[in-house]
Amino acid sequence: MTVLLIAEVSRIDGGSDVNMDATAKAMTAAAQLGEVHVLVAGEGVTGDGAATLEGAAKVLVADDALYANGLAEPVADLVVGLAGGYSHIVAPSTAAAKNVLPRIAALLDVMILPDVSGIVDADTFQRPIYAGNAIQTVRSSDAVKVLTIRTAGFEAAATTGSAPIEAVSAAGDPGLSSFVEDKVAESDRPELTSAGRVVSGGRGIGSEEDFAMVEKLADALGAAVGASRAAVDSGYAPNDWQVGQTGKVVAPELYVAVGISGAIQHLAGMKDSKVIVAINKDEDAPIFQIADYGLVADLFEAVPELTQKAS
Amino acid sequence: MKILVPVKRVIDYNVKVRVKADGSGVDLANVKMSMNPFDEIAVEEAIRLKEKGVADEVVAVSIGTKKNQETLRTALAMGADRAILIVAAEDVHDDIEPLAVAKLLKAVVDEERPDLVLAGKQAIDNDMNATGQMLAALLGWPQATFASEVAIEGGRATVTREVDGGLQTIRVGLPAIVTVDLRLNEPRYASLPNIMKAKKKPLEEKTPQDYGVDVSPRLAVTATAEPDVRKAGVMVASVDELISKLKNEAGVL
Repeated sequence: MTVLLIAEVSRIDGGSDVNMDATAKAMTAAAQLGEVHVLVAGEGVTGDGAATLEGAAKVLVADDALYANGLAEPVADLVVGLAGGYSHIVAPSTAAAKNVLPRIAALLDVMILPDVSGIVDADTFQRPIYAGNAIQTVRSSDAVKVLTIRTAGFEAAATTGSAPIEAVSAAGDPGLSSFVEDKVAESDRPELTSAGRVVSGGRGIGSEEDFAMVEKLADALGAAVGASRAAVDSGYAPNDWQVGQTGKVVAPELYVAVGISGAIQHLAGMKDSKVIVAINKDEDAPIFQIADYGLVADLFEAVPELTQKAS
Repeated sequence: MKILVPVKRVIDYNVKVRVKADGSGVDLANVKMSMNPFDEIAVEEAIRLKEKGVADEVVAVSIGTKKNQETLRTALAMGADRAILIVAAEDVHDDIEPLAVAKLLKAVVDEERPDLVLAGKQAIDNDMNATGQMLAALLGWPQATFASEVAIEGGRATVTREVDGGLQTIRVGLPAIVTVDLRLNEPRYASLPNIMKAKKKPLEEKTPQDYGVDVSPRLAVTATAEPDVRKAGVMVASVDELISKLKNEAGVL
């Protein structure tokens, strides 16, 4: 069995390159299924990074302006054109993959297996449903399995390999969509889904202005900033900071939840963190039932104090 | 312009989910069910486009059991003009997979010829995040997923999408599929007069056989289990104690 792993390509330093963290974690899952070929599609991409991933037998590079912005229609056509001979098509569960993989699956007339958190065998997979309140085991009867991998559940593959790199030609331009612009948040902070430390704020913060307090603590700890859905809905934080069922799933070494009550939907996105700290003024907040360390305190006193003493 | 909005009936997002003792699934018997929250946002957006004069008809469609009538009546009370229910299951526990839903919706699109399909980005029950993308693939239409802003002009939609690390704006030619994210809008509550009026709006019932679509599942659920439970830790009395524990006990500072 041969697996096609679609590398996550991100804009990095003005150019495009493989997001090694997400791709390396998906590689660990893909390697359990068979020999892995990695597809790197983008503009100005080399495949050099992907070639170092342990488990990669070959790297396919589709370097074309058509793939510069990850538009779903051309990328799906490219993958469908390459899909013959592969038993599995795999990608890390990122916004880009969630956009494209279901399109690929439908073009191949197979179901999608999203957010796979465990691999039982080549046909059988575990995935969370109902915001992580249940884990379902499903067996696919489809000829090709198309799956996205929940990266929080897998260690990153080592980068000591040296797979051969092959160029593949671009598929045609379906001409259905066009790129207008990216508004990427400029930040020196680590990326949320791969950060070793995350500090998140919830509705208890009270306002967009006061959310700066959460950011200061994150900066003092060298952490990424997250937010609960309640904080996003209230306009305190942008949606791409959202941790939870409808946002990002994180599993850092240290997760600090500030003013977060602990709604089920939020817990689904962070309960695999190694150490969880909760700071909340409400001693009955459900977050304390899953936190390793809980502190009942006024946020506006405790958070600045922690920021000062931890830096 | 005509807009088609698929809506799913799911467990209400405030209800605590219980896994059935025999591991066959999640217990949905006698549980409060509501319209999938993301689908409510899609209905709201469609109605706003109608109120702005961009659209002239909004058709809601739902696939599931007979009970989905309630969900469609909610969409009609919010402001949709008419509804189509495809009765594809007898039991609420028989979930129709996104691929089969996309095939049924394609058949509805072939009949209704909408210019735009506005769908929720994911259903909060099976969390698949797939139906819109699959429908776009089957129709050969462009897709704009995870929308936080939608502008329709000159036969095109300019859509701002919520992606990792920020926002991406793309332009798609109509007809197209747009799936909506949380921040697109805040759905309205249906007023009592509108709920009464919705009872008189047309609701047509169909079956998968009417469209010649096979809805047999491709995935067999072999087990459903409760997730591992995380144990509560200790309460600390001060910031100093917290820092000390994180440094000396947990070793993460």
